[in-house]
Amino acid sequence: MMDITPAHYTVLSAALFTIGVIGVLVRRNIIIIFMSIELMLNAVNINLVANARHLENLVGQVFVVFVIAVAAAEAAVGLGILLAFFRNKETVNIDEMNVMRW
Amino acid sequence: MVETIVFYTLSGLILGLGVAVITTPNTVHSVVFLVMNFLGVAVIYVVLEAEFLAVIQVLVYAGGIVVLYLFVVMLVNLTRESEAHQDPRRLSLFGLALAGVVLLELAGIVVYSYGREPPAPVAAAATSPVQGNVEQIGWLLYTDYLIPFEVASVLLLVAMVGAIVLAKRELS
Amino acid sequence: MVDIVLIPLLKIAVVVNAVLVLVTIMPLLERKVQGWVQSRLGPMRVGPWGLLQAIVDPIKLMLKEDITPTKADKWLFTLAPIMAVVPALAVFSVIPFGGDGLFYITDINVGLLFIISVTSIGVYGIILAGWASNSKYPLLASLRAAAQLISYEIAVTMTLVSVILTAGTLSMVGIVEAQQETGLWFGFVQPVAFVLVFIGGLAETNRVPFDLPEAEQELTGGFHTEYSGMRWALFFLAEYANMIVIAAVVTTLFWGGWLPPFPSVDALAFLDLIPGWIWFLGKLGVFLYLSVWIRATFPRYRYDQLMRLGWKVLIPIAIANIVVTAVVKVWLL
Repeated sequence: MMDITPAHYTVLSAALFTIGVIGVLVRRNIIIIFMSIELMLNAVNINLVANARHLENLVGQVFVVFVIAVAAAEAAVGLGILLAFFRNKETVNIDEMNVMRW
Repeated sequence: MVETIVFYTLSGLILGLGVAVITTPNTVHSVVFLVMNFLGVAVIYVVLEAEFLAVIQVLVYAGGIVVLYLFVVMLVNLTRESEAHQDPRRLSLFGLALAGVVLLELAGIVVYSYGREPPAPVAAAATSPVQGNVEQIGWLLYTDYLIPFEVASVLLLVAMVGAIVLAKRELS
Repeated sequence: MVDIVLIPLLKIAVVVNAVLVLVTIMPLLERKVQGWVQSRLGPMRVGPWGLLQAIVDPIKLMLKEDITPTKADKWLFTLAPIMAVVPALAVFSVIPFGGDGLFYITDINVGLLFIISVTSIGVYGIILAGWASNSKYPLLASLRAAAQLISYEIAVTMTLVSVILTAGTLSMVGIVEAQQETGLWFGFVQPVAFVLVFIGGLAETNRVPFDLPEAEQELTGGFHTEYSGMRWALFFLAEYANMIVIAAVVTTLFWGGWLPPFPSVDALAFLDLIPGWIWFLGKLGVFLYLSVWIRATFPRYRYDQLMRLGWKVLIPIAIANIVVTAVVKVWLL
């Protein structure tokens, strides 16, 4: 078995990112789309941490802290918007969220 | 040797659970798979010697954000199938093809960049007079990266206020 | 290879067995102490002074019929007790029962943060139990319990920041060694933090006076209404294990862990004859007794009073504690 280089972690990160992209493009349930966005953010985090260890520079990990903070903020606001929309139109299917006012 | 086994096991777990997140029809099951995915990612951080990030991942992501998702899933629980209607203009196969293109692009970047010598780092490796992962990250956050740190806290405050205002029921 | 795999496995076996035995004895102790507080004797029939009750109760639970509601989500119904028990037991890997590298399973440099983060996974057990039961009362109770848990988690985490400031390290063993260096248990240095962590810990483990989510007089038994037999026993186990965790964390952070009183006073060096782990277990016993005593004495908080306490009282006091600690540490010491 070969040694685990940062390239391995980047490949893992790329694969997880692609899974997230598929989730966003194919699924219609908006909560699943939000969760796929979280998967993409995690993929990016894995890549940052792996390269931070490889380049012996802790800035990568500091960046990940900020990514996690922004992801938390985005999840809260996104779900708030979803709840506000759901109260009016009773659906979580984005193909039905196609009007700007009703 | 140990790192090889651990890496391949964890990768299989993370990617398998990721696929489960996007393919499960039941939304609550999807959320539970997401939690397990995040716990797997936290273990990868431990393998990568980032212990502080591992516990922050479990505490904030798995223990906070996904709980929020779970609450919202339970609140919007519908009696009818949530993905019953499909817009006739939607091209799902094209979406899959685009995702494949993204994967090829990323694979190309990996193959190209890891075959070359890394350039001199633009940001000099920060030297801090403290030992230990948590202490060093703390040092960086409070000296070199203080402004982003304060901006992030304002961002979280704004997000908190915004989420409460958006989700509040109108008292009519 | 042997000493990084076999010895920790042995330690894990010893600690998990000890915890499980303690969790079996705890309900009996609780009933006995509650009985004595209420001027009666508690269970007396089974064995001398009712001591065999601790063995008989688990046997009864194992022999009970295992009922799954028809429309319950079977996979989640099975997963929920597991997600409640595993974090409760996993935390014991960083709790130091004694010093000298022998009496703890491991010492990671983010030990305290590990404890906080892993106990916050226990919320999932409660939420999924209520959801999977497919019934109104458990769902409402579980959402209430989860909201209570995450509210008090914030208060406890903020309080622990001031303890970390005092000790200067996140590792559990490091905090006890800091108390040894200062020669004073942190309970005397940070009394407000001790009270806050203890109250917050009681609220996090759904103990009285914060046990509204699982009280029988309220929502018919709370989030574990539909669970019977061994599955219910797992929730029970998780609650008592969490209680032991809170008692152990309070002991380690505020009352010296395995240290005797006044550890740097030479005149009291004879106290070192008693091994550290006996000191630890003694202090653990004191806090477990305190939890049971509080259960026998106080009435239950109403849900809105509970949330008001967590958000409007404990969190501001915790923040004020952090500020005062930081000011004292930087400018006065």
